[in-house]
Amino acid sequence: MRTLEQTTQEVLDLAAKHFHLPAGSLAPGDDFFKKLGIDSLQTLEMLSRLENHFGIELPDYEVQGVSDFKTLAERIQSRL
Amino acid sequence: MLDLSKYQSIGEALRDALDQFWNEVCLIEADREREKERLTYRDFKERAHPFAKALQDCGFSAGSRASIIMTNQSKWLISAYAIFFAGGVLVPLDYKLTPDEQWQLLKHSGATVLITEYPIWRQLSTSAGRAAATSVQTVLVTEAPANVDLAGAQRWEEFRGTLEPVFVPRKRADTACIVYSSGTGGRPKGCMMTHENYLEQCVALTAIYPFWPGVRYLSILPTNHAIDFMVGFFGPFTCGAAVVHLRTLRPEYVREAFPKYKITYVSLVPVVLKNLQKGLQARFEALPSGKRKIFNVLVGLNKALTKNRPRPGLSRLLLKQVHEAFGGELRAIIVGGAFSEPQTLQFFYDLGIPVANGYGLTEAGTAITVNDLKPFRADTVGKPLPGMEVRIVNLTADGVGEVAVRSKTVMAGYLNEPELTEETIVDGWLLTGDLGRFDGTGHLQLTGRKKNMIVTEEGKNIYPEDIETVFESLPGKEFCVFAANYIWPKRSMVGEKLVLALHLEPGQPYDEELRQDINTRNNRLLNYKRIHGVVLLEEDFPRTASLKIKRNVLAERLAKLDCASAILPL
Repeated sequence: MRTLEQTTQEVLDLAAKHFHLPAGSLAPGDDFFKKLGIDSLQTLEMLSRLENHFGIELPDYEVQGVSDFKTLAERIQSRL
Repeated sequence: MLDLSKYQSIGEALRDALDQFWNEVCLIEADREREKERLTYRDFKERAHPFAKALQDCGFSAGSRASIIMTNQSKWLISAYAIFFAGGVLVPLDYKLTPDEQWQLLKHSGATVLITEYPIWRQLSTSAGRAAATSVQTVLVTEAPANVDLAGAQRWEEFRGTLEPVFVPRKRADTACIVYSSGTGGRPKGCMMTHENYLEQCVALTAIYPFWPGVRYLSILPTNHAIDFMVGFFGPFTCGAAVVHLRTLRPEYVREAFPKYKITYVSLVPVVLKNLQKGLQARFEALPSGKRKIFNVLVGLNKALTKNRPRPGLSRLLLKQVHEAFGGELRAIIVGGAFSEPQTLQFFYDLGIPVANGYGLTEAGTAITVNDLKPFRADTVGKPLPGMEVRIVNLTADGVGEVAVRSKTVMAGYLNEPELTEETIVDGWLLTGDLGRFDGTGHLQLTGRKKNMIVTEEGKNIYPEDIETVFESLPGKEFCVFAANYIWPKRSMVGEKLVLALHLEPGQPYDEELRQDINTRNNRLLNYKRIHGVVLLEEDFPRTASLKIKRNVLAERLAKLDCASAILPL
């Protein structure tokens, strides 16, 4: 079972890879809309990637209003 | 289709539709690859009537107001039906607003009942704004997990009366809905839409884009939006058609839904349509050279053969693979909510997929004009719908003026705002605040918003939306053209300039190459239409739930910058 810290790190690594950013350039508290400059459609694509990686389903409502990696990782963690 | 001229209210028409089309499918709800629910009109009635009775048991009666804050799903429509059946007024709110904004609108609307989903309620119930909306007495929450604290709410699924509800008749002039406009023109306003507004709009729209049993409409735009309420609920239901809801809007599942459910119509906002175009173009470009050449020839052939009118059968034959990806039965994509780029519309039309491009606003009951495809005109928003009187007022020399509308679909007024209503509806004509002109064939061309514009020293009126087309596909995330004077007002009508607000992709530099690109595009414009400079922004542009840029909010954001240093000259 992953710890929340591990989940958070994997979320950051995957997001960086998906959006072609250097590893380590994202932080848990970052607002991913601002930091990645992505819109809601691109966010949905990123979520699909994360779901595949973690082998879970994240309903759209679970991530409604979520904009930082830390909260996103918490939502993922609760479903692992 | 029901003969809507015989009906007094939405509730009355829907009530009869459920009986007339009892064995037809009315709702399909899917979550990813799973189909969660498939209801016939009879099933729908069996769900909705106990709910309506429970509302009545709570004292809900003629004129009572109930708000729905939900994502698109079957319980949205079941709840709305029950509200209308019980003679109530529906207040559909945008689920993407903040909890405080939602409470503010709930308070303003005077809603006594709130129907929402558990994840939304989780946020609403802990919001400080709750204290202000004391009118809300009953809260019904769908899909709440077992054993959670509902913070004073009741479970939607358990809210059922035991006897038959009593149908409460309403008159055509009575308010059916209070719809808060997400328009980009200012603060939200509660448009009081009457039963007649909806009945008349439905007749006008279905005359051009008909529904019938077997038609399947994919509901993606939020149902609180005027377009989806009409073409994703009232329109299909009064014709016995089916509505497909997706509980997740991930692009891959939306794509799968087209062939899986043989979708007939879908509504999209322009930004999503453009994304779809980008995806298709990438796929076409990835074709091997030989195949691509053949494909281009077929597109050219289809274009020539559909010049005067759509020929769906022929297009499906010529461009079989493209149409099969859309399920093979797509008749039209309905696009609305914002200005659509002509080349995007043309792109789809050339593939044999007509885009029902139109123009409307909540205050006018959804649509005012729509492209009748006789022939398709990508450069206009179509002709006025039947029953719509449209004229251009305060004309300038070039034939442009404010679009004014008179019809039975125009709202009764703004809730609690008599002065604003008087300013907006003058002698029965709704002043839209949008600018346009009619061409020689009666098609309406929009040229911009009334306020965000410039008048050049030569006396030429320039509208930002006109300018923006030149910058389409400019490298960068998003852009918007403004009149500098609109953002940083000055008491002068001379020397007005246009600026390009630009938000770059992450890590993208504003370098010489990009500046040259902007200059090259700018130079394609007539000299008096050219932009003066660029304002770089680092944040996402504010958008409405339907993804329109909130120009006024963006302008306010820009206004905080120092005009002189913010504008980078070209």
